[in-house]
Amino acid sequence: MSAREMVLARVRRALADVPREETPDQVPVVRDYLASHSPADPVGMLAEHLADYRALVHHTDEAGLPALIGGLLTARGARSVVVPQGLPAAWTAVDGVRQVPDTAELTAAELDAVDSVVTGCAVAIAETGTIVLDGGPAQGRRRITLVPDHHVVVVRAPEQVVDSVGQALPRLVPGRPLTWISGPSATSDIELDRVEGVHGPRTLEVVLVRG
Amino acid sequence: MPPFPRAAKDAVGDTTLRGNLRHATHTIRDKRAAAVAELPDWDRLRAAGAAIKDRTLRHLDHYLEQLEASVTAAGGIVHWAADAAEANRIVTDLVRETGEREVIKVKSMATQEIGLNEALEAAGIRANETDLAELIVQLGDDLPSHILVPAIHRNRGEIRDIFTEKMARWGRAAPEGLTDSPAELAEAARLHLREKFLRARVGISGANFMVAETGTLVVVESEGNGRMCLTLPETLISVVGIEKVIPSWQDLEVFLQTLPRSSTAERMNPYTSMWTGTTDGDGPRVFHLVLLDNGRTDTLADEVGRQALRCIRCSACLNVCPVYERAGGHAYGSPYPGPIGAILTPQLRGTASELDASLPYASSLCGACYEVCPVAIDIPEVLVHLRERVVQGGPVTVRGTRTRIRPAKGHAAERAALRAATWALDRPGALRAGQRLAGRARRLVPRRRLLGPGRAWTASRDVPAVPAEPFRDWWQRRTREAGGE
Ligand code: SF4
Repeated sequence: MSAREMVLARVRRALADVPREETPDQVPVVRDYLASHSPADPVGMLAEHLADYRALVHHTDEAGLPALIGGLLTARGARSVVVPQGLPAAWTAVDGVRQVPDTAELTAAELDAVDSVVTGCAVAIAETGTIVLDGGPAQGRRRITLVPDHHVVVVRAPEQVVDSVGQALPRLVPGRPLTWISGPSATSDIELDRVEGVHGPRTLEVVLVRG
Repeated sequence: MPPFPRAAKDAVGDTTLRGNLRHATHTIRDKRAAAVAELPDWDRLRAAGAAIKDRTLRHLDHYLEQLEASVTAAGGIVHWAADAAEANRIVTDLVRETGEREVIKVKSMATQEIGLNEALEAAGIRANETDLAELIVQLGDDLPSHILVPAIHRNRGEIRDIFTEKMARWGRAAPEGLTDSPAELAEAARLHLREKFLRARVGISGANFMVAETGTLVVVESEGNGRMCLTLPETLISVVGIEKVIPSWQDLEVFLQTLPRSSTAERMNPYTSMWTGTTDGDGPRVFHLVLLDNGRTDTLADEVGRQALRCIRCSACLNVCPVYERAGGHAYGSPYPGPIGAILTPQLRGTASELDASLPYASSLCGACYEVCPVAIDIPEVLVHLRERVVQGGPVTVRGTRTRIRPAKGHAAERAALRAATWALDRPGALRAGQRLAGRARRLVPRRRLLGPGRAWTASRDVPAVPAEPFRDWWQRRTREAGGE
């Protein structure tokens, strides 16, 4: 007997008490929890919750976006920036900052030499202070928001902001690789002192663009 | 029996350990209560979480087959392993096929449970743990003592010493003049591990959830080492217990609310990765999923004990447990410490060994673990049920076969242990002294292997930091000695 058959046979024997005619749907799951915890101002709550976990939050409008991003890169002293496909060229066109396009050939070691990355996002969740990337336009491969030490992410408010995890999931496609980011990388493994950044970017800057 | 040790060094050492544990568990539990209080529907989320897991467990065969089909359709390769040896063999062979001699790992309790690192080492493959706490444990040739913060028993000074002494042996050395500030220690870990991440071609992970409907695997973490292991290598091997499956994409809305708040007391953990098979040009080109039984179907066969399989490993029960707080994680002799360990380990491994038979007694039955559990596992109920089994024997399933076990030898002693536990918990001073004794014994026997089923876990490594005697023994002895005081 293969391991597969053996494990499945053991499962079935172990469940001898479950009536044979019972279907999974007949085991009740009551979903009377709240669909949202009803923030009056989801964008404000998103900003507040991001800041709670030490992301740096900035506000601007469409017209102010390139200047703001340019200022963030310059302030950081960035000399190179990874640019995912679909990101408007104007956002990262800064004098003295080399543009590194995100391609499948870009190795991890090459990425490690890049200072910053700028991306958009798929959706952002107010209640938890979470930004979700799905590899779609302006977001790139998962590694580009992981290896560089500085990540600037642009969130369009209010369109891309939802209240809750429950509202975010239906807007996402499970087949895509998804990265949920809530504040920068952090560890509390040493005497529970929170330290920002072990492996992911130590600085996360979120730009909220109000339409 | 020797008199209580007088060595001031030991006493100080143990005070530090106890202090660390107390500080940590109290800090986390206070924060957790605040994070939970933010959600007025917590009880409903908790009930839904329990119900989803019950639905899954009652139809586990259905969901496993569905999961297998959806992972396969997404480009993944599914393997099944009935026990630890089989899982280790599968993973070892998969790594061998890649020609690699080194792999990177994201913290996974399933791979600790099966002793994967040791099995790989025996095959000449070095497995590098990449979670900061796991790195501390691995470099210190130590064992984890908490689900969430495995190095909770180590303070910053000890961590500095471990890094300074051991890092160079396995890769980039610790920086000169490393201090014990957490930020500097984290930076040392970052530099040491980064070179491993950048050149790694094989990653090994577990998973917090597997969605049957979509074939999606989910890993919840904080540091980014998970993302490194899941996305940079060419080959990803995930070893996951069969109980980690959940039916639908929508179900994540429950667990992604309850897990972070129960575990790290955050609204959401810094990083959650979800992947479904492989994606062209993004992440590993080859994805293997190893579905692990290793005692889970035996646990499933017990109608009372089955609920332990609902556990989402948040560790909230550890942080509220008065016994864990005093005893520390190593006393449980398993990767699963605390209240959940006390009910899961004797079900996964059986109660044949003295250690495993004693675990259902490592509790005061105060019920705090049940109160905090985000999937409402009635841990006290299962503890009492398992105590009955130990004392009276009865029908159990062992490796898939229904059998009847006899009462454990010396079950009268078990009752004595229970009385001792109650007694000792009422008298923290006496317990403190008992712990000092345990600590002393640990130092006198610096290197040993766990016997009995614990051996599988420690099969090919020395265990320097494990307490030298089972929980029950020292309680028992403590009672005797206290009587003579
Ligand atoms: S038993 Fe419950 S409280 Fe304990 S780790 Fe598991 S889910 Fe968390």
